[in-house]
Amino acid sequence: MTKVLMYGNSAIGEAAIRAGCQCYFGYPITPQNELTEYMAAHLGRRKGCSFVQAESEIAAINMVYGASATGVRVMTSSSSPGISLKQEGISYIAACQLPAVIVNMSRGGPGLGSIIAAQSDYFQATRGGGHGDYRTIVLAPASVQELADLTHRAFDLTDKYRVPVLILGDGMLGQMMEPVEFKHTAPSTPPVRSDALRGAKGRSSKIVKTFTSKPTELEEINWSLFRRYQLIKSNETIFETFMAKDAQMMVVAFGISARIAKGAIKSVRANGLKVGMIRPISLWPFPYEKIKQMAEKIKNFLVFEMNMGQMVEDVQLAVEGSADVSFYGRPGGVIPTPSEFARVISRNYFQKGLKIAK
Amino acid sequence: MKKVYARPKVLKKAVFHYCPGCGHSIIHRLVAELVDEMDIQDNVIGVPPPGCSVFAYNYLDVDMLESAHGRGAAVATGIKRANPDVLVFTYQGDGDLAAIGTAETIHAANRGEKITAIFVNNAVYGMTGGQMAPTTLLGMKTTTSPFGRDETTEGAPIKISEMLALVKGAVYIERTAVNSPSNIKKTKKALRKAFQAQIDNLGYSLVEILAPCPTNWKMSVLDSWKWVDEVMAKEFPLGVIKDTTGL
Amino acid sequence: MISKTIFAGFGGQGVLSMGLNLAQAAMLEDKSVTYLPAYGAEMRGGTANCTVAISNEEIASPVASSPEFLVAMNSPSLVRFQNQVKSGGVFFINSSLIEANVSREDIDIVEVPANEMAEELGNLKCANMVMLGAFTKKSKVVSLPTLIKGLEESFKKKPKLIGLNTTALTNGYELF
Ligand SMILES: Cc1ncc(C[n+]2csc(CCOP(=O)(O)OP(=O)(O)O)c2C)c(N)n1
Ligand code: SF4
Ligand SMILES: [Mg+2]
Repeated sequence: MTKVLMYGNSAIGEAAIRAGCQCYFGYPITPQNELTEYMAAHLGRRKGCSFVQAESEIAAINMVYGASATGVRVMTSSSSPGISLKQEGISYIAACQLPAVIVNMSRGGPGLGSIIAAQSDYFQATRGGGHGDYRTIVLAPASVQELADLTHRAFDLTDKYRVPVLILGDGMLGQMMEPVEFKHTAPSTPPVRSDALRGAKGRSSKIVKTFTSKPTELEEINWSLFRRYQLIKSNETIFETFMAKDAQMMVVAFGISARIAKGAIKSVRANGLKVGMIRPISLWPFPYEKIKQMAEKIKNFLVFEMNMGQMVEDVQLAVEGSADVSFYGRPGGVIPTPSEFARVISRNYFQKGLKIAK
Repeated sequence: MKKVYARPKVLKKAVFHYCPGCGHSIIHRLVAELVDEMDIQDNVIGVPPPGCSVFAYNYLDVDMLESAHGRGAAVATGIKRANPDVLVFTYQGDGDLAAIGTAETIHAANRGEKITAIFVNNAVYGMTGGQMAPTTLLGMKTTTSPFGRDETTEGAPIKISEMLALVKGAVYIERTAVNSPSNIKKTKKALRKAFQAQIDNLGYSLVEILAPCPTNWKMSVLDSWKWVDEVMAKEFPLGVIKDTTGL
Repeated sequence: MISKTIFAGFGGQGVLSMGLNLAQAAMLEDKSVTYLPAYGAEMRGGTANCTVAISNEEIASPVASSPEFLVAMNSPSLVRFQNQVKSGGVFFINSSLIEANVSREDIDIVEVPANEMAEELGNLKCANMVMLGAFTKKSKVVSLPTLIKGLEESFKKKPKLIGLNTTALTNGYELF
C-alpha cells in the first residue's frame, strides 16, 4: 500500500467511497468544503451512487434519512452551524434506528463564530444533540490517517448497531494535508440491508416512522434503544494511552488537542515530569471505566480542550471524586501551541507537589 | 466650483476586503449614497447574513444585525414588527436568499412585510470558495459542479424574482446589474424605489442585482463584467419584474 | 528534530505548490509531515501562505507559531511573518522583489534572485521552484533527488512542465 498526501477533508471522502458509501448529501460550509467537493468530483458519477448539493443542511440530513431507509450507505458532512441545523434530522434517524454517518469538522462558536478549528461542540455531539432520549456514537480522530480509518469504522458501526455515527473532527484536521494510506478498496457490490424500504415486492408492506400515540409503545422503543446503547458501551469504547505507565499526572485530551498535548508531554518528560495521557477516541461511549481504574493509582488529571470545559465534566464523572481534576482550555478557535501547554502542565505538576524523576 | 464626487458619509473609511472587481463593493457604495441622500442614516437597520458581504457592517455606518445563514427575512421581520417606523433592509447573496433562505423569503414577501431585500446574484457561493449556487448557469463549472451544472441532476438556474412576483405581498421587484455605468445608475434608482415602497408602507420590495465575482468565475475583471451582459443577463433578464406601488 | 517553514507571497506566485512539493518530498523520505494552507476569508485580497512541518517523529501541531524558516516571495510577507521566526532561524528572500532591510539580527538571511533566475529560464512561473531549490540546499530538510521525484509525481498530468521545473529546482539548489 502506498501513502498519498491528502487533505483531511478529502481523505474522509475517499475512505467513505471505499467503505461503500453510495449517497452523499451536503451543503457548503467552511472548513469542510473540500469533502463536499471531493464527493462532487468522485462519488457523483460512480455507478449506483449519488451526490446532491442540497439547498440547506436541513434538506441534506433529511435526504440522508430518506436514502438510509432504502438501505444504502449514506453520509453527510458539515461544520458547527450546519450541524446545529441537522439535529432535527439526526433525532428522527436515531428514532427510526437507521444507519447514517455524519461528519462535523467543527469550528469556533457560538453563532457564526469563526472558521478556525475549535472543540466547542463536544456537549452537542456527546449528548445526542437533538431532542429526545437518544445517543450517537461519536468518534474523534487526531490525524488524517485516523480520519480515514475512523470513517471506514463509522460505516461498519452504524450498520452494526443501527445508531447514527458522528465523526467529530475540526477545521484544522480538515484543512491540513498529511500522508495517508487507505487500507480498503471500494467494494464492487454494496452491502444489502434486508429491512430496507424498496416497495413491497414479494413481501407485506413496511412502515418506518417515529410517531406513536401509545406511551407504552414509545417506552418500549426507548427501552430497546437503551439496551443497544448499553451494548455499545461495553463493546465499542476506544481510547489511546500514552506514557501512562509511571505517570503521576494524566492529561486527558481528544482530537487535535491530544496531538498538541502529546508534543507538550514529550517535552516535559525530557525534564523528568512523569506525565502521561489518555485520549478518548470514542467520545461516546466515553472511557469512564478506564479513567476510573486509572484514578485508583493516579491522583491528578489535567483535562485539555479547545473550549472552556466540556469533556472535563465526563472526566469528573469518571473519577468519581477519587482524583483531582484540573482544566486548561482555549476557547473560540485559538490553537494553543505545544510549548504553551507544556508550561501549563509544568505549573500544574509542581503546584500539586509532584516529584520529578531522577 | 461644483462638487461632483465625494465619499458618502455613511461609507466608513475602511479598506474593502472584497476582491478587485467584486460587485459587492459597488453595491455597498450605492447603498451608502442612498442612505445619505434619503437622509435615513439614523433610522435604518441592515441585516447581513453570512456571505462575502457578512462584513458589510465594517463599511456601512448604520445599525446592523447579523443573521444566521438564510434567515435574513425572518430576522428583518422581527425587527420591523417590533419597530414599524424603522427602515429595514437585508443584504443577501444568492446562496443565502435562493437556497437556504427561500422559505423565509417567500413567507416574508407573502405577509407583505415592509422590508427591502438587496439580493446580490453572483451565480456562486463566493464566501465558501466558489461552490454551485441555485443561480449557477447551466454548464458552468464550480467546485461542486466540476463537470458543469447539469439540468437533469442539479436543476436549472432558479429565478427567484420571477417566482416572488407571483406573491401578492411583494409590491416591487426589479432585476439590475452593476457591470457598467448605466447599469449602476439603474441599480441605484431601483434601490431608491424599493426603499420608497417601504417608507410608504406598501409591502415587500426586492432588488436582484447581477454582480461579478471574478475570483470564483476565474475571469479577469473586464471579462467578468462582459460575462454579466453576454451570459448572465440572458438567463436573468434585467428590468422591472413587478411593480404595484404606483410610485 | 522538527522543522517548520512558512511559505508566503502573492497569490499566483506558486507559494502553495512550493509547500506542497516540499511536503510530497518529505513523505517520499518516509518522514512525518503536515501541510497547512491559510484558508477562508484570509485568502481574499490576493495573498497566500502555507506552513509545512517535517519531523522524524509524530508532529504535534501543524501550526507554526515560531518557525525555523520563512520563505518570503514578496515584501508584505516578510513584514507580516518576520517577527514570528525563531531566533537563529533563516529567512529566504526573493531578492528580485524584496529589498532586504530586515530589522532582526538573530536571523540568517539567504537572498535568492528567484524572478531573475526564472526569467533566464524563460518562464517567470518557475520562480517558486528556483526558490525551493535554494531552500532545500540551505535547510537540508529533504534531498534534491526526492524533491525532483516528488515533482514528477505532482506534474504527472502536465509532463511538459517537468523539465523546466526540474531545471529551476536544480539551478536554485546550485546557487550556493
Ligand atoms: C448554516 C450555515 N451553513 C453554511 C454556512 C456557510 N456559508 C457562509 S456564506 C455561504 C453562502 C455564500 O454564498 P452567497 O449567499 O451566494 O453569498 P456570496 O458570498 O456569493 O456573496 C455559506 C454556505 C453558514 N455560515 N451557515
Ligand atoms: S469571492 Fe467573489 S463575491 Fe467574494 S469578495 Fe471575491 S469577487 Fe466578491
Ligand atoms: Mg453568491
